[in-house]
Amino acid sequence: MKIGAPREVAQGEARVALTPDSALQLQKLGHICLVESGAGKAAGFDDDSYRAAGVTVVPTAAELWAALDVIVKVRPPEADEAAQLKPGKTLISFFYPGQRGEELAAISATGANVIAMDMVPRISRAQKMDALSSMANIAGYRAVIEAGANFGRFFTGQVTAAGKVPPARVLVIGAGVAGLAAIGAATSLGAITLAFDVRPEVAEQIESMGAQFVYLDFSEEQQDGAATGGYAAPSSPEFRDAQLKKFRELAPTVDIVISTALIPGRDAPVLWTKDMVEAMRPGSVIVDLAAERGGNCEQTVTDEKIVSPGGVTIIGYTDFPSRMAAQSSSLYASNIRHMLFDLTPGKDGVIVHNMEDDVIRGATIAFEGQVSFPPPPPKIKAIAAQKPKPKAEELTPEQKRAKDVATFKAQTRSQVTNLIVAAVVLIAVGAVAPASFMAHFTVFVLACFIGFQVIWNVSHSLHTPLMAVTNAISGIVVVGAMLQVGSSSTIVMVLATISILIASINIVGGFLVTRRMLAMFQRS
Amino acid sequence: MFDTGVVSAAYLSAAVLFILSLGGLSNQESAKRAVWYGIAGMALAVLATLVGPGVANLPIVAGTFAVAAVIGWIVAMRVQMTEMPQLVAALHSFVGLAAVFIGFNAHFELETVNALDPAARESLTGFAGLLAHKTPVEINILKVEEFLGIFIGAVTFTGSIVAFGKLAGKLDGKAKKLPGGHVLNASALLATLVLLMMYVGNIGVEGRELTVLLAMSALALFIGFHLVMGIGGADMPVVVSMLNSYSGWAAAAIGFTLGNDLLIVTGALVGSSGAILSYIMCKAMNRSFVSVILGGFGGTTGPAAEIEGEQVAIDADGVASALNEADSIIIVPGYGMAVAQAQQTVSELTRKLRAAGKKVRFAIHPVAGRLPGHMNVLLAEARVPYDIVLEMDEINDDFPSTDVVIVIGSNDIVNPAAQDDPNSPIAGMPVLEVWKAKQVFVSKRGQGTGYSGIENPLFYKDNTRMFYGDAKVAVDSLLGKLA
Repeated sequence: MKIGAPREVAQGEARVALTPDSALQLQKLGHICLVESGAGKAAGFDDDSYRAAGVTVVPTAAELWAALDVIVKVRPPEADEAAQLKPGKTLISFFYPGQRGEELAAISATGANVIAMDMVPRISRAQKMDALSSMANIAGYRAVIEAGANFGRFFTGQVTAAGKVPPARVLVIGAGVAGLAAIGAATSLGAITLAFDVRPEVAEQIESMGAQFVYLDFSEEQQDGAATGGYAAPSSPEFRDAQLKKFRELAPTVDIVISTALIPGRDAPVLWTKDMVEAMRPGSVIVDLAAERGGNCEQTVTDEKIVSPGGVTIIGYTDFPSRMAAQSSSLYASNIRHMLFDLTPGKDGVIVHNMEDDVIRGATIAFEGQVSFPPPPPKIKAIAAQKPKPKAEELTPEQKRAKDVATFKAQTRSQVTNLIVAAVVLIAVGAVAPASFMAHFTVFVLACFIGFQVIWNVSHSLHTPLMAVTNAISGIVVVGAMLQVGSSSTIVMVLATISILIASINIVGGFLVTRRMLAMFQRS
Repeated sequence: MFDTGVVSAAYLSAAVLFILSLGGLSNQESAKRAVWYGIAGMALAVLATLVGPGVANLPIVAGTFAVAAVIGWIVAMRVQMTEMPQLVAALHSFVGLAAVFIGFNAHFELETVNALDPAARESLTGFAGLLAHKTPVEINILKVEEFLGIFIGAVTFTGSIVAFGKLAGKLDGKAKKLPGGHVLNASALLATLVLLMMYVGNIGVEGRELTVLLAMSALALFIGFHLVMGIGGADMPVVVSMLNSYSGWAAAAIGFTLGNDLLIVTGALVGSSGAILSYIMCKAMNRSFVSVILGGFGGTTGPAAEIEGEQVAIDADGVASALNEADSIIIVPGYGMAVAQAQQTVSELTRKLRAAGKKVRFAIHPVAGRLPGHMNVLLAEARVPYDIVLEMDEINDDFPSTDVVIVIGSNDIVNPAAQDDPNSPIAGMPVLEVWKAKQVFVSKRGQGTGYSGIENPLFYKDNTRMFYGDAKVAVDSLLGKLA
């Protein structure tokens, strides 16, 4: 199959969907790779580097589109690009079919198959082709770099001969892939990083990246991210109020805000209002990664950098990945390559568009002239559902007390029953057995009881030494043998001697081995 | 010679010391003292018996002691820590055998005493003297005790020998039963009961009591042998602690026979200790004690879930680079580590990773290995600090925040089917949730299943990579590649 990437026609787009590296890999799958002349120039790949990787460089876009079986792109196709598709051709690019129903209908009418890289299901097997994540990762990193470039101070705190520099305080809103990447970049630059997310289960991830999770004092049943495929869902008005209150509190104390809060298929929620911007110190920076969908900050202007009257810089760029075209192209091209790897199961250069495959089915939005969006729910759940938390916390104090009392009563009942049964058995034994036996029997029962009480406290890691010690102690039968060895009968004496021998081996061996074992246990 | 009162006092002190000794094992530091309590208790008991009434032939006793001490010393010093399970099993068999002999001796003494005329009886001392003063009812009870002592001792003896053979690899570890299975055990038990009636009630066995006892011993030896033969390798921790318990009960039964309270107390302590350990092991496998004793894994209610996917192998370079990048690492050792004697290498790996500033911990499942606490002892031997060796309950919640888990030679204890597949034979068994970590490497000999013969879906998970090869060689190959 002939696979190739045209030059991106969108204004300012510097990325390219095929790099010399990914082309080499695709050729191993048996494909032939083409590229439009100058397609990789903005990302730092010139035509010669493609030629060196065995890629045919085609002078014009029209020739390329006509020659290709599979067209790989970054941005969604423009109308005139889409018009060049034909049945039998496959287009792989971002598409956002949820927001672009008309374009989807138009492109499916051409009869070509379209795979939207933004529709790759979020399951572990498909992570290698999850272009949204790889782009978000870059955006998060770049957002910190942009913020740093517009921020007049250090990120890290320093004590220098010329005076003390306080560290910058960074607040990251939304801990998705972009948010986590931003946290990572900000903390490694030395900033004190705070992070917020509506999904409480990401607190651990946030902390693992070195940021503090901003907890809300809010007791509503928190949403479970697993139910929405790992994305955030809209929150209740009460929750939103609590959230804004917290942000208002934080606004005067933070120097840099990086907001990444997006809800799939909706406008970005406004989380950073005008009064919060005003509350921030002059020179502070807000980077709004949600600018493309209206922005999390009320004053964000899409694709522009503005300075508020209060001296706060608000960055609303939407092309962060494109600003790092070399990196983003190589990651995107490798996402595309992984997709093609799954599409070429035989590694023989033949594309098999298997609509039974969860990943391929999920990403395909137009197939053989039909719109195939939205896909049926995947067979595998994106993230294992969190186990429902024990409901015990929801009990009122009265119920809790009642429950405690009930458990206590049940325990008492079972214990008393056991004691009564035991007492009856003991009395029954006592009724028939002679006194001399009962004396020994009392000792026996008490010893069993002590044994049960003592052994429960033995730590798990000492169970082997415990066995060795009890084994050594059980060599106490030697006492029995010693009492018999004085017998006048030869056979008794011989047997008793043998018993003494083996029981003593047991005692000496058991204790020594225990000592050896215990001596090895040491603290770090 | 001291009189009975002093001996009793000494016995009481010994019993208290034994209790302190067991109680002291609640943590690693006090345990070092606890073993001395045990030794002191034993020394006290033996000395008191030696100087007390009723012991003769002192030179023989002393000589035997000396020989035994030397043998015990040699055994204890030469044993490898990986051989601990078989050593414990072998020592149990000694106690069992000694109990059998002592029981028989009691029988012989009883015969001798019975043969004497009343006047001669009065002059008897020691154990024989004790027997001479018993009433007929007491004699009957004595016979029951003696019978039980021999029976339990004999079961312990052959059971321990079979356990030893299996653990030492001298016998096939798989569960094996003779045709008839448990019916055979049950009928042997029934026959034993009949023999007990005949022996105690003197029904039709006049003058042939010894034959009855011998027949019973043969049956008991068979039960011990067949019982343990029928239990598979993965259940060995339960078997060993069960035999430990039996050896204690045997000692207690002997104590009853001889009317010796110290024996009774100690036997009861050991017996209940073993019983609790067995219970803990069974709970850790979510199985009832009975089903372990009956051998094999319980019946399943339906076909086990199909496993999709494939096992993906990885080489040492891949594992090493993942380890270099990881911050937190959990190592899950199992019997495979013991078999490959890899604990030193694993310790070295741990040392290196910790030196690189990584958080390394060990997760120990209660039934990992072939002996309760087996892994802890091996890691301690290899000088892994015990405060980074954690139990299942302490560490299970930490797996989701862990970068890399290395599973070394364990299988069933990390099998997710226990939670996911209600039809799995190990459904409901608490397991280490390693699959929740970001990456899992499984060091394993080959693609076969573990002791239980159950497929492990963990090996097919997306975040699992199989690191094939002998555990020691595999871990060794990592050492050179770490940054």
